[in-house]
Amino acid sequence: MAAGVIGAFTAVLRRELRLAARARAEWLMPPLFFVIVVTLFGLGAKPNDPLLADFAPAILWVGALLAALLTLERLFRADYEDGTLEQIFIAPAPAIAAIAAKLSAHWLLTGLPLALLAAPLAAALGFPSAALPALTAGLALGTPVLSLIGGFAAALTVGLPRAGVLLPLLVLPLVTPIVIFGAGAARAAQSGLPADAPLYFLAAVLVLGLTLLPWATTAALRNAFE
Amino acid sequence: MWTWFHRLASPPTFYRLADRLVPWLGLLAAGLLGYGIFGGLLLAPADYQQGDAFRIIYVHVPAAALSLSVYVLMAAAGAVAVIWRIKLAECVLVAAAPIGASFTALALVTGMLWGKPMWGAYWVWDARLTSELILLFLYAGVIGLNQAIEEPRAAARACGLLALIGVINVPIVHYSVEWWNSLHQGSTILKLGRPNMSADMARPLYAALLGTYCFFGVALLRRVQNELLLRERGTAWVKEQLRSAHV
Repeated sequence: MAAGVIGAFTAVLRRELRLAARARAEWLMPPLFFVIVVTLFGLGAKPNDPLLADFAPAILWVGALLAALLTLERLFRADYEDGTLEQIFIAPAPAIAAIAAKLSAHWLLTGLPLALLAAPLAAALGFPSAALPALTAGLALGTPVLSLIGGFAAALTVGLPRAGVLLPLLVLPLVTPIVIFGAGAARAAQSGLPADAPLYFLAAVLVLGLTLLPWATTAALRNAFE
Repeated sequence: MWTWFHRLASPPTFYRLADRLVPWLGLLAAGLLGYGIFGGLLLAPADYQQGDAFRIIYVHVPAAALSLSVYVLMAAAGAVAVIWRIKLAECVLVAAAPIGASFTALALVTGMLWGKPMWGAYWVWDARLTSELILLFLYAGVIGLNQAIEEPRAAARACGLLALIGVINVPIVHYSVEWWNSLHQGSTILKLGRPNMSADMARPLYAALLGTYCFFGVALLRRVQNELLLRERGTAWVKEQLRSAHV
């Protein structure tokens, strides 16, 4: 049984990554969107406004959140339409292994690039370099939660024709703690305070999300078939 | 015990029971709310610091309490709907969401109206205010999701899952004034032993609180009845119900 779970997980993960390698434009879009949003903030403010550095945590977190939202609608849509999802549910291995693999792949292809990209963008906004580790650590802990919550919301709306309008309404209220503590960690480090407490909180939310949300996502997807 | 429970969950039984309960609950709500509002606005003495402005609590506190209670009820109904697939729980979940959203909006608006003269600002980005606002968005998400999915039973179960995940916000709202250094004051009435409020002020508040719960009961039962009629419109008991009501 255990081998079946791990086998299903790696098989689906490998499939997701291979599909992504064949459609590069799709997963290059969110980082590009992220860069453009941050650039627009730079252009919208006064040239070299020192306030931009103060607002950098909020700008980067909201930008990353919106960039991650872009890909959510596609997360289960193609598999739902071509029947792959149905195969996952009738396969002998538990469906949750495959769903967890899809969520992990989503983070690897969307969340991780955004977390890595945040540091150079923060530097461009004038964010102090000493505080960059806290910002990156916050995003590294927070983006998996975005993928988990976003995956859950995408599963709830998978069969709907206009899911794109509804998704932000479902995702954004649920991710507010992540934004508060993630940006809080960056702000604490920016003003020279220890950022441990908000980072530990983010880690706790990540553990909670990992234990609850794959099950909820699987239940929501199963609901869409009945 | 279980047979009684199953019978209660059957739509026709519940429909008739609700018909019998609504007038009594309505009477109770009118009496309690009438005393609460009259006593709060006219009989209770003015606050020594806030003057007459404190009287908004007779609307604000019940609305805020309901905004949390209704969400918990919704999540409980959601759990029942997702696990046991009981039709009645689906109707309760769907019917409770707009009422809860209204109470949340009312709590926010009354709080803002009080905040302007007392704190000097309609809105501050404070833990309790923000989490109450997020509660409103969570309600909006449930309502939006329910309207987006065409098949009513699948819609209700999806809303149930969403409500279950969102219920994590409720303890955050409730304990936010204790966990964080918030501008919002702590609870004054739900303290055992020595309440922080004189009895003349507290009595109408308890009445308004209970009255608002009764009013919620009436509104919920009526909405659930409508939902049941709509979902079961092809069945014999609905036709009989309509015939006996001379529709």
